[in-house]
Amino acid sequence: MHDTPPSPAGTAADPQRQRWMAVLARADAAAIAARLETLTPPPPHRRLRGPEAGLVMVRGRLGGDGAPFNLGEMTVTRCTVQLEGGAVGHAYVAGRDARKAELAALLDALLQDPARREVLLATVIEPLAAAQAAAAAREARRAAATRVEFLTMVTTR
Amino acid sequence: MTLSPGFADPVAEAQQSFRAILAALSRPGRVQSLGAGLRPPAPLLPAAAAVLLTLADADTPLWHDAGAAADAWLRFHCGSPAAGRPGEARLVLACGAPPPLSELDAGSDEAPEDSATLLVQVAGLAEGSGWRLTGPGIAQEHRLLVEGLPSWFPAAWEAQRRGFPRGVDVLLCAGTRIAALPRGIALGQG
Amino acid sequence: MYVAVKGGERAISHAHAWLAALRRGEAAVPELELAQIREQLGLAVDRVMAEGACHDPDLAALAIKQACGDLIEAAFLLRAYRTTLPRFGASLPLDTARMRLWRRVSATYKDLPGGQLLGPTFDYTHRLLDFSLAAPGAPPPAPAEEACAAAAAAPRVSDLLADEGLMQPEPRAESEPPDLTRQPLACPAARPLRLQALARGDEGFLLALGYSTQRGYGNAHPFVGEIRQGAVAVEFTPPELGFPVQIGEITVTECQMVNQFLGSRTEPPQFTRGYGLVFGRGERKAMAMALVDRALRAGELGEEVTAPAQDQEFVLYHADNVEATGFVEHLKLPHHVDFQSELENLRGIRAAAQAAAATLPEAAE
Repeated sequence: MHDTPPSPAGTAADPQRQRWMAVLARADAAAIAARLETLTPPPPHRRLRGPEAGLVMVRGRLGGDGAPFNLGEMTVTRCTVQLEGGAVGHAYVAGRDARKAELAALLDALLQDPARREVLLATVIEPLAAAQAAAAAREARRAAATRVEFLTMVTTR
Repeated sequence: MTLSPGFADPVAEAQQSFRAILAALSRPGRVQSLGAGLRPPAPLLPAAAAVLLTLADADTPLWHDAGAAADAWLRFHCGSPAAGRPGEARLVLACGAPPPLSELDAGSDEAPEDSATLLVQVAGLAEGSGWRLTGPGIAQEHRLLVEGLPSWFPAAWEAQRRGFPRGVDVLLCAGTRIAALPRGIALGQG
Repeated sequence: MYVAVKGGERAISHAHAWLAALRRGEAAVPELELAQIREQLGLAVDRVMAEGACHDPDLAALAIKQACGDLIEAAFLLRAYRTTLPRFGASLPLDTARMRLWRRVSATYKDLPGGQLLGPTFDYTHRLLDFSLAAPGAPPPAPAEEACAAAAAAPRVSDLLADEGLMQPEPRAESEPPDLTRQPLACPAARPLRLQALARGDEGFLLALGYSTQRGYGNAHPFVGEIRQGAVAVEFTPPELGFPVQIGEITVTECQMVNQFLGSRTEPPQFTRGYGLVFGRGERKAMAMALVDRALRAGELGEEVTAPAQDQEFVLYHADNVEATGFVEHLKLPHHVDFQSELENLRGIRAAAQAAAATLPEAAE
């Protein structure tokens, strides 16, 4: 077996892949597992790295729009798996849930296979994305219900 | 496309590996073994790979001459930023001839611990013959035979010793074996 | 001088066992679950994450339980834990303009694009104890919902002022910011380093300093340009991918304090910003941070440095409650040897003085 890198650093960003990685990062392990269960079992995979917990330093900007500064760290769990077929999947997810990171990495690998992608998008990613969008919309409606119009009382004498 | 894994059990194996590095540095010239389960991409050998998996991370700029496949593997498992030149690195890995010691970061008199650590992959390590090592951590002398270091090394080592406490520490790696030359050690010729 | 002491193992282990029993409290009372702390004491969790400088609500809840509710001790536990984890790298800077807003208020504009959203706030409550919370009850009714325009644009107030040229622009250099967790603090500290120190600083200390600037210690005339609170995406570029991926969303609170600036030889009179950004819903902390950030800019804006809140060394070296508690609390650890030497010294001086006094009257005669 000859060892070569999984993908060259600096791969062009793939908006579709960025989207499914984001959806998986925001979902919880139970929700991902429940969607996966409805499908035929995925092929075996091996762990290339992790799942392992670590930190990412979260940055802000001076005044919100200036130069970056270090705000504080957050826990992140990462995992990289390889399918028997060869595709390599990565996951970096907030928190310390190893199972979630491995499921997300497995799905990232599976979703790179054009033959599997449509089914996985339809049965796993889109339902999770819809649930996240619904939760965000509910929050926005709650915030809208607290919208306030202040009136200035002008006193004259 | 494949990429070989790092430590199968990262916490336990990194601890064992750290223990071996600590033993090597505290008993200069005594050969320790580590990294037996690793299959890093050529020309990286298990001992050097184990040292880097244990010591290298996002806070240790790394310079190496190991080529693209090893670079991808190290980047993936260690996450070390690439140093532009050896003098900017905290960890330097030489699979071929090492860069001159005088070009590496020797730290400062105030913070000698900021210096670089040099890993050199050598052809062979054997105790009992070769250099007569003396210094801290050695009661009388330890003998260490190193095959594959360039001939300038002993003179460069002596030159570096004049700058003590500044200087680089050297880890010699052969297969799954390592021996250390901390900066305070004298290399007496056989 | 430090002198090691030995012994006391048995007493220490018994003390810790008693602490564990006290932590649990009366056994007939149900034990707290971490999820209860995380969900029902959310502002304590947020404060521990901010001052522990580590975002992880579950860990913060565990730290609060372990520390029996001592939030400084809990922040200390979180700081200690984070040292066991490798760092994968740094996120892209948060884009707070794209925050999913829960709350957004401005004291400077009555009407502003996107509107004012009160969100879940203590403001306008009457601060009367609510005895209905003393007994378990049914969950409160679901919060009201109102239709809102999809993603109503809510530009930052600072952007509105900047569009008019009335707000001093922030430097935009994209250089690697200094990191307190890697290099110790040194003064003078650049603003990115100051903001990191303030973001993890003690809320009480910053609150008092911020208050002092309002009471005349420092020439501050602040307005809350904007407070926004909500969820922001955290994006990170894994080296093996080379493009950014979202790793999750976190709740943050941002405060922009707008302050007058009289101008200088090179700059016209304009507004300047004090900036606060904290993990979670720590609004008081974000506001205090913004006041202190602006006060600490006095030197670079050519203002006279006269007040404690404007003194970098005073503020930055004393803002960290984990450091402060370590040094204050170490005083209770054994100092027997130091004290013995002081005692000897004092006895010697007194003996000498007494001896001198005994001989003096004779000399005076």
